[in-house]
Amino acid sequence: MTSPTDQELIGFVVHEARLIDQHRFEEWLDLFADDAYYWMPLEWGQTDPRLSTSLLYEDKLLLRIRVERLKGNRTFSQKPKSRCHHVLQTPQIDKRDEAGNEYVTWTPMHYVETRLDEQDLYAAWVTHTLTTVGGLLKIKLKRVDLVNCDAALRSIQLFM
Amino acid sequence: MNRHESRYNGNAAAVHDLVRETEVHRDVYIDQEVFDLEMEHLFANTWIYVGHDSQVPNAGDYYGTTIGKQPVLMVRHTDGVVHVLYNRCPHKGTRITIDTCGNAGKFFRCPYHAWSFKTDGSLLAIPLRKGYENTGFEQSHSAKGMAPVRHVKNYRGFIFAKMNDVGPGFEDYFGESLSTIDNMVDRSPAGRLEVAGGVLRYMHNCNWKMLVENLTDTCHPMVAHESSAGTAIEVWKKMAPGANKKHPAVEIYAPFMSAYEFFEKMGIRVWRNGHGHTGVHHSIHSDYSAIPGYFDQMVATYGEARAKAILDENRHNTSYFPNFTVKGPIQSIRLFKPLAPDKTLAESWTFRLVDAPDALLERTLTYNRLVNAPTSIVGHDDLEMYERAQEGLHVDANPWVNIQRLYDPSETERETAEINGTSEWQMRNQFRAWSKFMTMSM
Repeated sequence: MTSPTDQELIGFVVHEARLIDQHRFEEWLDLFADDAYYWMPLEWGQTDPRLSTSLLYEDKLLLRIRVERLKGNRTFSQKPKSRCHHVLQTPQIDKRDEAGNEYVTWTPMHYVETRLDEQDLYAAWVTHTLTTVGGLLKIKLKRVDLVNCDAALRSIQLFM
Repeated sequence: MNRHESRYNGNAAAVHDLVRETEVHRDVYIDQEVFDLEMEHLFANTWIYVGHDSQVPNAGDYYGTTIGKQPVLMVRHTDGVVHVLYNRCPHKGTRITIDTCGNAGKFFRCPYHAWSFKTDGSLLAIPLRKGYENTGFEQSHSAKGMAPVRHVKNYRGFIFAKMNDVGPGFEDYFGESLSTIDNMVDRSPAGRLEVAGGVLRYMHNCNWKMLVENLTDTCHPMVAHESSAGTAIEVWKKMAPGANKKHPAVEIYAPFMSAYEFFEKMGIRVWRNGHGHTGVHHSIHSDYSAIPGYFDQMVATYGEARAKAILDENRHNTSYFPNFTVKGPIQSIRLFKPLAPDKTLAESWTFRLVDAPDALLERTLTYNRLVNAPTSIVGHDDLEMYERAQEGLHVDANPWVNIQRLYDPSETERETAEINGTSEWQMRNQFRAWSKFMTMSM
């Protein structure tokens, strides 16, 4: 693959959100590189995922466990299932490092998760660190910074 | 307006009748009046965990929290002693601090009229003080400054407070149960803990007691957590067949799926006043991988025999009545803050063992994130059950909750016991204490 255009990077981020909203989780997992992490910091401006705790800091195995769990017959917290909805601002390209094969986008978004009669609204900034593997764009790191990361939160069961 | 309004207020006998030997009335979970009485009596007559003194290392450092529903401040005074003060200005009631923690300097200053208070709460100064001359101000409530919580104990860094004068003293209240805190502190080669890693705050639409009871409920993990822990095991088998070293997260998830026999044999120990713990002989924390270098550090401090004895304790969950629980082997604590009959804030805190390798803190944080976060799949499993119970308890056809498992009619005569790990004795123990401390000041 020649290096991705800005429009391809933007399209990737928008497509990723769409796969989640449509519960196409197998296709969604395929967007992650094998050594990828999904990170939701707990702290405002957090820099360390290891010795400061986070809401989520998961490698592909743990994401796979979540996806399998969502399908499970005895996953009672998903009976009935949650639904979610992303509204993205146009992703901005923060970094294009063609030599290092690394591209960073920054996307403000609103995320709604709903189940039964409850609906929760979250506001967040998503930072995607992307790379190409075998000609395809893949996620190296997806970082979701909630505006209210340190608030007392209710269950978040799907993926922002 | 509740149709049972004033059924319990001023009626100790009615409160007492909510707890039977082997069942409890649903009103302990769903009734607003019972909840209000818990705030007035139960949370005032018992020793409540406030915070850890490592959160306020320097003079003037404060940390704001609640005891029951009362806003309080934990603050280190100039003489190094940690005080607990009610967080309101004695003048008009303004909360003195709103942020969770900070440093007050030499004194607190109310942001409304600039009354100031020393960090032990005593009144320091009032602008235009002459306006109070010859008014009898010295006899007013205001003249006393910020009211202190009257009974405060710093036990090995853990700050507990009791608001009422009635009720037992600290040592009498906790007795042998303090051995769990001792063991957690002793796991540091320096004999000290520090709060570290940040606090996970998870809002639950259920009664606070459901969370406490669940921590000594050993018949639920293999059922309620099949979805999370069971799936983790299956995915691991598929993705890494025959791997001899488990993924750190799978090492944490997998023991939740242990068979009933494992939990029966791990044992429960009960103590007076509603305290108790699971994991007398082993626990889900027993088979974690060794952290390189840690054991040698422990031997250097304690000698080999003592180091082994400390690390061989693998207590699972210790419940300190009413709303504080401790996991010694992984240095984490949980505090269940009651907000309403059907609303509880679960706070999960973690500690660094001073002088121990960072890898221990890292594992503790991984556990906390995987099990206690609002994003945790194990947490989702549990909360679903609590919230279903909170709704189901409104069924009028049966107002009783069963806590009968392995009931022994002679157990009320025993102050402590080591029992089968699937017994509900500890739940009965908690409710006997509930009844006692609820009615003590009525």
